[in-house]
Amino acid sequence: MSFVNTIVRSTFNKSTLLSTRISQRSFHGSSKVLSSKLFVHRDTPENNASIPFEFTPENLNRAQEIIKRYPPQYKKAAVIPLLDLGQRQLGWTSLPVMNAVAKLVEIPPMRVYEVATFYTMFNREPVGKYFLQLCTTTPCQLCGSTKILETIQNHLNIKVDETTPDGLFTLVEVECAGACVNAPVLAINDDYYEDLTPETTKEILDSLKSGKIPKPGPQSGRHTCEPPGGLTTLTSQPPGPGFGVRSDL
Amino acid sequence: MLKKCILNKTFQTTCLRPIVVYPKVLKGAANFATVQNTSPPSRTYGNLKDEDRIFTNLYLRHDFRLKGSKQRGDWYKTKEILLKGHEWILKEVKESGLRGRGGAGFPTGLKWSFMNKPPDGRPKYLVVNADEGEPGTCKDREIMRGDPHKLVEGCLVAGRAMNASAAYIYIRGEFYNEASNLQEAINEAYEAGLIGKNACDSGYDFDVYIHRGAGAYICGEETALIESLEGKQGKPRLKPPFPADVGLFGCPTTVTNVETVAVAPTICRRGGSWFASFGRPRNSGTKLYCVSGHVNNPCTVEEEMSIPLKDLIERHAGGVRGGWDNLLAIIPGGSSVPVLPKHICDDVLMDFDALRDVQSGLGTAAVIVMDKSTDIVQAISRLSAFYKHESCGQCTPCREGTSWLMSMMSRFEKGYAVSREIDMIQELTKQIEGHTICALGDAAAWPVQGLIRHFRPELEARMKSYAATHSEQDLTKFSVAAPGLLK
Repeated sequence: MSFVNTIVRSTFNKSTLLSTRISQRSFHGSSKVLSSKLFVHRDTPENNASIPFEFTPENLNRAQEIIKRYPPQYKKAAVIPLLDLGQRQLGWTSLPVMNAVAKLVEIPPMRVYEVATFYTMFNREPVGKYFLQLCTTTPCQLCGSTKILETIQNHLNIKVDETTPDGLFTLVEVECAGACVNAPVLAINDDYYEDLTPETTKEILDSLKSGKIPKPGPQSGRHTCEPPGGLTTLTSQPPGPGFGVRSDL
Repeated sequence: MLKKCILNKTFQTTCLRPIVVYPKVLKGAANFATVQNTSPPSRTYGNLKDEDRIFTNLYLRHDFRLKGSKQRGDWYKTKEILLKGHEWILKEVKESGLRGRGGAGFPTGLKWSFMNKPPDGRPKYLVVNADEGEPGTCKDREIMRGDPHKLVEGCLVAGRAMNASAAYIYIRGEFYNEASNLQEAINEAYEAGLIGKNACDSGYDFDVYIHRGAGAYICGEETALIESLEGKQGKPRLKPPFPADVGLFGCPTTVTNVETVAVAPTICRRGGSWFASFGRPRNSGTKLYCVSGHVNNPCTVEEEMSIPLKDLIERHAGGVRGGWDNLLAIIPGGSSVPVLPKHICDDVLMDFDALRDVQSGLGTAAVIVMDKSTDIVQAISRLSAFYKHESCGQCTPCREGTSWLMSMMSRFEKGYAVSREIDMIQELTKQIEGHTICALGDAAAWPVQGLIRHFRPELEARMKSYAATHSEQDLTKFSVAAPGLLK
């Protein structure tokens, strides 16, 4: 630091207002990374353009179905669903997956890379069989997600953004999962496990280890998002068709 | 003598100025913006009857499929509604006083009517915003998995109101199971001829598609959502042109929240005046509230608009942990609205105008309750981290500002700062607010502003105690950006 100071001071002695500003205020520029992973692609043995990837015939049919939803001149709109399809087939979104999608919707690969790096749900590195996404945003934090995070880390002996050596679990922290009433929430692959406590979290992890998938949803025994203390609304049978309908219809 | 005269004169002139006596409780900026004053509540709100609830399968106690929803009154006389034409539907929605349920609270009838310009050959689209990601909010999820047919029928009715040719429902990618339920509902509706060619036998063609996102909060902003739907990065567009002129695929588009769309058929069936009979004027209707955080029974519940916040929590959420007196603060409308301390929460009503008057907002009606055990600075600091993570990086004030907010707030958590920095961060939020393309910048600024407005002593106390216990530490270290901070 002192070295830098000397340099700055010597420039200051020599000249201009500009360097005065430099001496007072270090220029701050943050690199913008929406997903927490590395933004640029580096060729690795398991992820480079020469590895072949093809959609399975079944998935190709699905892809055609997806593309049909959009106007013919806007095939590009299917990029996100197709990347998702590719990720489901391979387990993660490698460079060849992106290239295959680009070929399918007939756009330059760069347009697909842009999208794949912007959205957090595309894993550009392999992840474990069970992808643990723990929400740690304020409502979950208020309800003890920090403890759940510690529990998972200690139980699996991994840190955030790491995979267990057996390739079974990858742990990431995500922003609001959108189930705040059932906080804390852990999403494992596509399923939400809600109302967690350190004990139930361990149980879930253990049963996954033994190959059983526990029942998703609230782990506290309550049903969906209703008040755990018993219903306060919707206690009667819902009214049937025609109830309260205006006469002029 | 002369001098005295002059003095007297000045004294008099200053005295002649009209003396404005402000009421003790400032009713906020509302009085300046509008002519009408919101009248004091003439009756107590809340205690909605079950028969007046729209989302009758909120807790998934019943069948979400077509058969079950028909039994609960969905798809009843939809054909007749469609045949009444768009003018009639718009009239009903306007009469109902429905305001957008996605946060901004724009009058829905007015918004939908923007779409009815003379046709120019381009198709029109309805885009349903189901990219629910605002911390605290989890209402659309319940609609999509419990009452998906309400949403599909709503798409048809809203689509008819704006003569749209198709609806795209943009669901956040994490909601996989919710999207499956909704897709099932759409398939059933197609099979039964309720949507698609000649929907409900009304001679009107209408398609409904699902588009799953891939994890970006910013895609909840309407133009970012359109960009994302077009297969690009979700970066908001400049307005104008507004989506009603140039939106999805270059065509007129309206982006509406799930809840707004899903209540439309019921409004048409039971009449706009029925819906308008709930809540205070200009804040009418029923609303899904999500009560999370430090309450005994966190839940999502449908209640009348303008229900007192305290009633909502005590009646449905089992009260604050440790009793109402254990309350510290409440964020009344999702992460982006300013926090309210207990003394305001005591009697505030849950509607757009009442919350605006106390310098907060209804937002998505996601009530985040914090009791006295909460580290309020940490809670808000976590929100700053959230916005830093979710800023799309397009506008400099937001991209750099959110990073600054996060790093300053994380120091404030420990108190590793000097009190002048509170004013600096306030200034910083003002530099972000209103200087960005979309409202994410504002949303990042408001929680911090709310914290400073109501919890400044807490921040200062922390700084004092940190300075006292860390006297050996050089507090000037972080003040590179602001020379002379400690002077």
